[in-house]
Amino acid sequence: MKRRQFDTLIIGAGGGGLRAALQLSNADTSVAVVSKVFPTRSHTVAAQGGMNAALSNVTQDNWHWHMFDTVKGSDYLGDQDAIEYMCRAAPKAVYELEHFGVPFSRLDNGSIYQRPFGGQSQNFGGDQAARTCAAADRTGHAILHSLYQQNIHAKTHFFDEYFAVDLLKDEEGHVLGALVFNIHDGEIIVIEAKTTLLATGGAGQLFRTTTNALINTGDGLGMALRAGIPLQDMEFFQFHPTGIAGRGMLITEGARGEGGYLVNGDGERLMERYAPKAKDLASRDVVSRAIATEVRDGRGCGPNKDHVMLKLDHLGEAVIQKRLPGIRQTCITFLGIDPAETPIPVFPTAHYTMGGIPTNRYGQVVVPVKDTPEEPVFGLYAAGECACVSVHGANRLGGNSLLDILVFGRAAANHIIEHLAENRYHLTMDENSIDKAMENLQRWDQKGKTDGESVSQLRDELKAVMEEHCSVFRNEDVLKQGVEKVEQLARRLKDARIDDQSSVFNTAKVEALELDNLMCCALATIHSAYARTESRGAHSRMDYTERDDKHWMRHSLYSLESGLDYKPVRTKPMSVDSFPPKPRVY
Amino acid sequence: MKFKVYRYNPDVDAKPYMQDYELEDIEPGMMLLAALLRIKDELDETLSFRRSCGEGVCGSDGMNINGTNGLACISPVAELKQPIEVRPLPGQPVVRDLIVDMDQFYQQYRAVKPYLIVKDPMPEVELPQTPEQREKLDGLYECILCGCCSTACPSFWWNPDKFLGPAALLQASRFIEDSRDQALDERLADLEGPFKLFRCHTIMNCVQVCPKGLNPTKAIGDIKKKMVTRSL
Ligand SMILES: Cc1cc2nc3c(=O)[nH]c(=O)nc-3n(C[C@H](O)[C@H](O)[C@H](O)COP(=O)(O)OP(=O)(O)OC[C@H]3O[C@@H](n4cnc5c(N)ncnc54)[C@H](O)[C@@H]3O)c2cc1C
Ligand code: SF4
Ligand code: SF4
Ligand code: FES
Repeated sequence: MKRRQFDTLIIGAGGGGLRAALQLSNADTSVAVVSKVFPTRSHTVAAQGGMNAALSNVTQDNWHWHMFDTVKGSDYLGDQDAIEYMCRAAPKAVYELEHFGVPFSRLDNGSIYQRPFGGQSQNFGGDQAARTCAAADRTGHAILHSLYQQNIHAKTHFFDEYFAVDLLKDEEGHVLGALVFNIHDGEIIVIEAKTTLLATGGAGQLFRTTTNALINTGDGLGMALRAGIPLQDMEFFQFHPTGIAGRGMLITEGARGEGGYLVNGDGERLMERYAPKAKDLASRDVVSRAIATEVRDGRGCGPNKDHVMLKLDHLGEAVIQKRLPGIRQTCITFLGIDPAETPIPVFPTAHYTMGGIPTNRYGQVVVPVKDTPEEPVFGLYAAGECACVSVHGANRLGGNSLLDILVFGRAAANHIIEHLAENRYHLTMDENSIDKAMENLQRWDQKGKTDGESVSQLRDELKAVMEEHCSVFRNEDVLKQGVEKVEQLARRLKDARIDDQSSVFNTAKVEALELDNLMCCALATIHSAYARTESRGAHSRMDYTERDDKHWMRHSLYSLESGLDYKPVRTKPMSVDSFPPKPRVY
Repeated sequence: MKFKVYRYNPDVDAKPYMQDYELEDIEPGMMLLAALLRIKDELDETLSFRRSCGEGVCGSDGMNINGTNGLACISPVAELKQPIEVRPLPGQPVVRDLIVDMDQFYQQYRAVKPYLIVKDPMPEVELPQTPEQREKLDGLYECILCGCCSTACPSFWWNPDKFLGPAALLQASRFIEDSRDQALDERLADLEGPFKLFRCHTIMNCVQVCPKGLNPTKAIGDIKKKMVTRSL
């Protein structure tokens, strides 16, 4: 088997992976970036609305207010040291991007354009802030392409269209790289690395209707679980209030930031009732619940009363074309309507994985060891949507994810550079760990075997089960059935088969491996949701409607071997006073 | 609904062939990508193609649809003549079925130094740019590298190793037009010669197929104008 050695292996070429890669290449370390798609096809490309930073270009702002909003938005489950770190680092992260070439929209004075987004305030809960730096409504595209371009300049080594199967370790459990294969010809390679960074993005494919790309299958989360690392807070999955109803394409929160608003079947501006002050720019969990409630109570729009409308036409064609050209195009293409004339049918849609691989604010993956809740795993880092630092806690604010991936992609790289200075040699791989990874890969080579269910059938069932049993509103019965159904699907997956046994660009095999990972994520999500008997952020229980700080202000940890465990929230910031939990009103 | 799809797997096929598929119950508004996914899920798991975002922003699923290059994910099947003929992007080596080897395309992209070059020390804050200066990048920066244009360009087919092709030239223009970039002279000098830029015969195939509505021909024309002004 072919072996390659690098200082650092980065799995994932989205914004998180590429930001880290750039830092490492510029520090003259050797970096391999493995991505199952060509880098600019990573899902970061789809981000629309923008990235938060207290630049004060449009409204008075500072990082401490940003921090308050993020802590409140997280429903007090976010770790306040990491949140402080992120909010303080935000302006620099934006300026760096601008220097890398990102074509941000501009204000008349030549500075970066910022728009209001949900959950943003001045002065700790006061007036609406405009904190989201945007390149029209194509901010993710602008960022991802610029980062890739800078990596070309920095001569980063790319393994494009390679699939990472599993992490590899030595006998002590230190992570020493990964087993990957070239999708083009099936060649398997062991990449040995002194440090490995997971930046594989989210798991939005868990749900049937989703804003996420087909490649967002939580592969890094699956790899971590199989390597014995628990996943944190997986019950917190964000449903974006405004996916196109029934289709899933995202209409950015920026549309409401620019002045759009939601109306129900009676033509009423519904958010006035649910969030009298922030209205349509309340936090996402709040707006999603409001829409789901309207529809449930029979106040939806359309013949089946199964959605509400997002009204933009009052903004005028010029504003829409200038600030929201991408979503205008999406509406014309997929709905045949022009939002400059007609309101858009929307419904809460699976969008963002708040949970993930537990890390500290240096990007080191941390696990409980005896009495220490957060002991770093030697050699392993995670950043971006696959990681859980946790800056988003129970509910992410719009515009904070692009920020998260860039700030912690960079922070992880900086810590890796230090680690490399102290650990100059490659350790010896445990051959058993290679065998185990090979087993997981070769499990799908079943020449001659013709029974067993198909991957697509199981995947469709899984997505339907998750949508039905783990959606915006949850309760004991529904979750309990969900747990049973997912467990059963996991058992059935063991006997599933693929017909395609070619070594050339075998997408059936890729999809099979992706389903292995999705199934891991589904188990973690549904088990964690079933166990959490309170309502917090995106996890909303009809049978436990209140937040219960006494019992539940703690992070869930789910592992394949031992099920659920919990650890405390890091409530102590780096330098300022902690924000104690308060009722959340918008 | 009837489909004719190009198939070729070098592992098992001596040569490429067209395969017929038929789908019932086409939902209203269905895109070609959704149809291909259904064919793969329900009829033939071995059919291979790239895809990711499903909404025309990642550039994965450029293919030749009834003779014209486009993205499967934003091509409504109802608007296509049946049987819908789907082939890989033309002129590129086929890896398998609808998947082509895009290496050459990416190499040409890299060849135009597609990154911002600023020689002065960077300020603490953003480099200033007025809304008017920024507007010059509209129509240039949105490229998703899908390859539809270059693989529709006759000059690119005939001189793929020498002519940079519309996508790469559009990128060149994106940086030439950026008020923040400080490498204008080098960029223009790099494009000198009879081939890299000047092989474009303004046939406009590229403009017709670009799924993002971009205009590489105009970008190429603008670069040519800049070169002329510069040589005066
Ligand atoms: C439609 C949409 C709009 C959004 N808009 C915004 C916004 O306006 N503002 C904001 O802050 N956030 C937004 N978000 C969220 C944000 O875009 C994402 O959270 C973020 O881009 C994730 O970046 P990432 O680097 O972690 O992962 P991704 O960009 O998803 O990249 C993952 C990478 O991992 C690779 N990979 C995965 N598995 C494997 C494997 N097994 N082997 C090899 N490679 C692998 C992939 O190829 C890819 O390169 C949006 C999200 C969506 C879905
Ligand atoms: S206009 Fe130029 S670049 Fe475009 S297709 Fe024609 S020759 Fe090619
Ligand atoms: S210019 Fe248009 S057709 Fe060409 S690669 Fe870019 S997006 Fe695709
Ligand atoms: S799948 Fe992304 S452009 Fe079509």
